[in-house]
Amino acid sequence: MSTGNNSQLESNQRVTRFLLVVVVVMFCFGFALAPMYEALCKAFGINGRFVEIEQGVYDADKAMQQVKADRDRQVTVQFTASRNQNLQWEFRPMETSVVVYPGEVREVKYYAKNLTGKTVVAQAVPSVSPGQAAKYFNKIECFCFTQQTFKPGEAKEMPLRFVVDGKLPKKISTLTLAYTFFDTDQAGTKSKAQVDTVLRVAHNAK
Amino acid sequence: MSDHKPTGIKRWLFTTNHKDIGTLYLWFAFTMFLVGGAMAMIIRAELMQPGMQVVDPLFFNSMTTMHGLIMVFGAVMPAMVGFANWMVPMMIGAPDMALPRMNNWSFWILPFAGTMLVSTLFMEGGGPAFGWTFYAPLSTTFAPKSTDFFIFAVHMLGFSSIMGAINIIATILNMRAPGMTLMKMPLFVWTWLITAFLLIAVMPVLAGAVTMMLTDRNFGTSFFSAAGGGDPVLFQHVFWFFGHPEVYIMILPAFGIVSQIIPTFARKQLFGYASMVYATAAIAFLSFIVWAHHMFTVGMPVAAELYFTYATVMIAVPTAVKVFNWTATMWKGAMTFETPMLWAVAFVFLFTIGGFTGLMLGVAPADFQYHDTYFVVAHFHYVLVTGAVFAIIAGVYYWLPKWTGNMYDEKLGKLHFWLSTISVNVLFFPQHFLGLAGMPRRIPDYAIQFAEFNFMSSLGGFAFGLSQLLFLFIVIKCIKGGEKATDKVWDNPEGLEWTVPSPAPYHTFETAPQIK
Amino acid sequence: MSASKTMKKIGSLLCAGLVMLLPATVFADYKLNMTPSVTAVGQDIYNLHMIILWIVTIVGILVFGVIIYSLINHRKSKGVTPATFHESATVEFVWTVIPFIILVIIAVPATKTLLAIEDTSKSDITIKATGWQWKWEYEYLDSGVRFFSNLDKASNEARQVKSGKDPRKVENYLLDVDNPIVVPVNKKVRILTTSNDVIHAWWVPELAVKRDAIPGFINESWFKAEKTGTYRGQCAELCGKDHGFMPIVVNVVSDSEYSDWLAKQKKAAADADAGAGKTWSKADLMARGKEVYEKNCQACHMANGEGGGPFPALKGSKVATTGPVAAHIDLVLKGKGMMPPFGTQLNAVDTAAVVTFERNAFGNNTGDVVQPSQVSK
Ligand SMILES: [Cu+2]
Repeated sequence: MSTGNNSQLESNQRVTRFLLVVVVVMFCFGFALAPMYEALCKAFGINGRFVEIEQGVYDADKAMQQVKADRDRQVTVQFTASRNQNLQWEFRPMETSVVVYPGEVREVKYYAKNLTGKTVVAQAVPSVSPGQAAKYFNKIECFCFTQQTFKPGEAKEMPLRFVVDGKLPKKISTLTLAYTFFDTDQAGTKSKAQVDTVLRVAHNAK
Repeated sequence: MSDHKPTGIKRWLFTTNHKDIGTLYLWFAFTMFLVGGAMAMIIRAELMQPGMQVVDPLFFNSMTTMHGLIMVFGAVMPAMVGFANWMVPMMIGAPDMALPRMNNWSFWILPFAGTMLVSTLFMEGGGPAFGWTFYAPLSTTFAPKSTDFFIFAVHMLGFSSIMGAINIIATILNMRAPGMTLMKMPLFVWTWLITAFLLIAVMPVLAGAVTMMLTDRNFGTSFFSAAGGGDPVLFQHVFWFFGHPEVYIMILPAFGIVSQIIPTFARKQLFGYASMVYATAAIAFLSFIVWAHHMFTVGMPVAAELYFTYATVMIAVPTAVKVFNWTATMWKGAMTFETPMLWAVAFVFLFTIGGFTGLMLGVAPADFQYHDTYFVVAHFHYVLVTGAVFAIIAGVYYWLPKWTGNMYDEKLGKLHFWLSTISVNVLFFPQHFLGLAGMPRRIPDYAIQFAEFNFMSSLGGFAFGLSQLLFLFIVIKCIKGGEKATDKVWDNPEGLEWTVPSPAPYHTFETAPQIK
Repeated sequence: MSASKTMKKIGSLLCAGLVMLLPATVFADYKLNMTPSVTAVGQDIYNLHMIILWIVTIVGILVFGVIIYSLINHRKSKGVTPATFHESATVEFVWTVIPFIILVIIAVPATKTLLAIEDTSKSDITIKATGWQWKWEYEYLDSGVRFFSNLDKASNEARQVKSGKDPRKVENYLLDVDNPIVVPVNKKVRILTTSNDVIHAWWVPELAVKRDAIPGFINESWFKAEKTGTYRGQCAELCGKDHGFMPIVVNVVSDSEYSDWLAKQKKAAADADAGAGKTWSKADLMARGKEVYEKNCQACHMANGEGGGPFPALKGSKVATTGPVAAHIDLVLKGKGMMPPFGTQLNAVDTAAVVTFERNAFGNNTGDVVQPSQVSK
């Protein structure tokens, strides 16, 4: 073996130790990208993700007082529904679009029916377009806060109460809210660690 | 110690000698180059004419996927590590790598990882068919069982790269001969030092990405599934956080090789040594903050699109500095054009073309039309084939006499160069036109309007593939014998590696040389 | 090979390369260059592309020109002694600044174009495009019209492995669909993209729209076609086996043609609802069933009903002959194993028709006639 003297061995070990620490840190950083990305998405409305923090803490009464001030502005909210992986459900908004005043609390309903012969637990995932409108779209009550269990053939009308924040940028006059229903079995999300954060927020709302 | 070495299979299995390990890396890389190349031949055969003649669409997807993975992780990266093993200790006057035993492990993981990767092709449900970028959910919910083995193979490849990188950094920082200050190091050593840091920083992130894939697939997490509060786009961010620096991991050592070769044959010192070092560092730094230019079409906020456009095109500045420096090195030199120089000059031209298209792709609004078309395929093959691979071949011709003690066959070397350079352009240049005309990448069949250029491209592909068999022949011929090489090999080249005999003895610089 | 010969070869090769690059900029209509667009934003993108292409071409000619000059003149065989300079702060500063200035020149139009692309406000109609493995589903949000758009039959037959059919004889091979989307000219059409399974991308080059379709999320983009015509595109994100076979066709028509088309679509949907109530003749069911079969079932069960590989034969199978009709219907609606469920894609009439077809075609000849009323969801 031709490696050098002791001091060289020591400095080799020092460098190796340091680099191994960097490796571990970067491995963790890879995972840390997940919460960082989520935070960024919420802050900037990437992918039309919802600003969950706003839910439940939104003061509907105070919002109602703003109604007057914003009467001169109208926003069209479109609704659409999708099913993931060909989930055999009928799923559609009962109204395809409504016109609202910013600050006004509105309720719309979605209709869903389980067409399969078995009980299905499904999770609705919301998305808003354009993305930067997401953080101004506040849900007060939503069937997407929890997983929904449907017996074979069961049909439900599911309410959604929301407020469009008056701070919505002026150039946005139409926004679209889309829900996608995922079969939690198919999506492989049996342990629902991340769903739970959504649930927690929903609990706060009560 | 004398020039004693063990013999037979044990020599190679248990070797801790940097030259042996370098040789192993280079042979492994060449083997994988042929395997990945064979897959490219299948791809070009299917694409030669419209209609499906050779393979079914799923197998075609497996071929594009495996071709990419094998060329990146099996051929280019190991080849560069092979050069580092052989040349870094010799260039800095060190007797060996800093951590010789770990060096043995980092190599011997590779054949196992490579075998596991290739074996997925024979598993039930087929091999990975989701592209070398393995975007979720195609690689998670919708992927075959073999994907778990693919993940394991990527983990092993990552371990190997990380260990190799630690070794290279420790060697460069601790083992330099007295007087070899950092700013006296040959540029190849500099580029590898920076590359090794890139590896340390991003290979763990790749490991994180595939680990998240693994738990999403098997343990019910939903990092990349909207159903559980995750997002498939997150995968792309994590992947490209690794993936963009990865591109520079493959090309920076190539810059290093070319920066060694051009001064030798121009008989003139490298122009702007310091700015070369800074430019390399600048490229490495920028590579960490531009990743999302690979995914402009996922729907980002406009501010993010603008930021990533600006940051991306900035890379053109240090890259241009490098090209100008090579040009200035040749300027008013006294050039000769032995085979290594031919490859290096071709590198400067063709890599620059890849750089130009890279600049075009970096501009978000234009990228909306280029993205995921053959324009992208043409771009990265100019960067990686006529860039990285050409530099590797140039390096092999340049140092082969030092490694074997024999000169390679200059006539055949030049023939290899001309065949390759002409065919590679016939292969990849028409792909620019295909992409601009609207042919998406990763499709096994195409509309009739794309037929002519695909035919041309396939012919070029077969010619380029066959030319590389000539390379194998030339290397074997050189190992077997040939005109004896002098110690200096070339006309007064710079660097410590030329002060030792040819072939380089098993142990070199056991007493450190003094650098003035 | 002598050095001078080598040099000449390098020179001629480079010229060849540049000559290959030039037509891309000159003969814009010869399918060498980017497809010109029929939208204003698309034209901006095209112009931006041309600006950058010209810049890199000129920079390329200058830099390659200097290198080629050097390769020809600064050769040992010419008896030169090499110079000894190896740095110059001024020169290095200048050639760091020049690329930077060029980049700023590119960044200005790039920014303008990007802001225009991302302005989706004030659209006239909204269409949701959902990517499926491997077809597109369209839903007109304002009018409720929705349908699937599959690769057309002729292309689909010719593209099978060793089909024996010449793709060159198929019109618009791989770029045609059974149901194209129809939009009015000079109207701002907003496209929402999402996916049923993996990531796809909706791309029509002439409309200069390429946007990913991501499961669980919607993305938006828009176009305003200024010329009527048929514009063809493809899925642009690898989405599995048949990624290459899910084209997109957009028919841009006049306002009146558009409202006619819309009315026809709505009527067809109403007819389908009405058809579910009435009793159909066997001949009508067989004719319709054959169509449904070719579109949805034939890829796996084959035209002769004999299946192949992992896909079971229908010809003579228990399900399609002696088995109960209800079980057969159930299988079509709910799927089994590799077979996807068709319940949300086929209406009652289609389901009844395809079941009738399968029980009587391929020599199954059961004589069963299945009515839409037997199909309950
Ligand atoms: Cu697709």
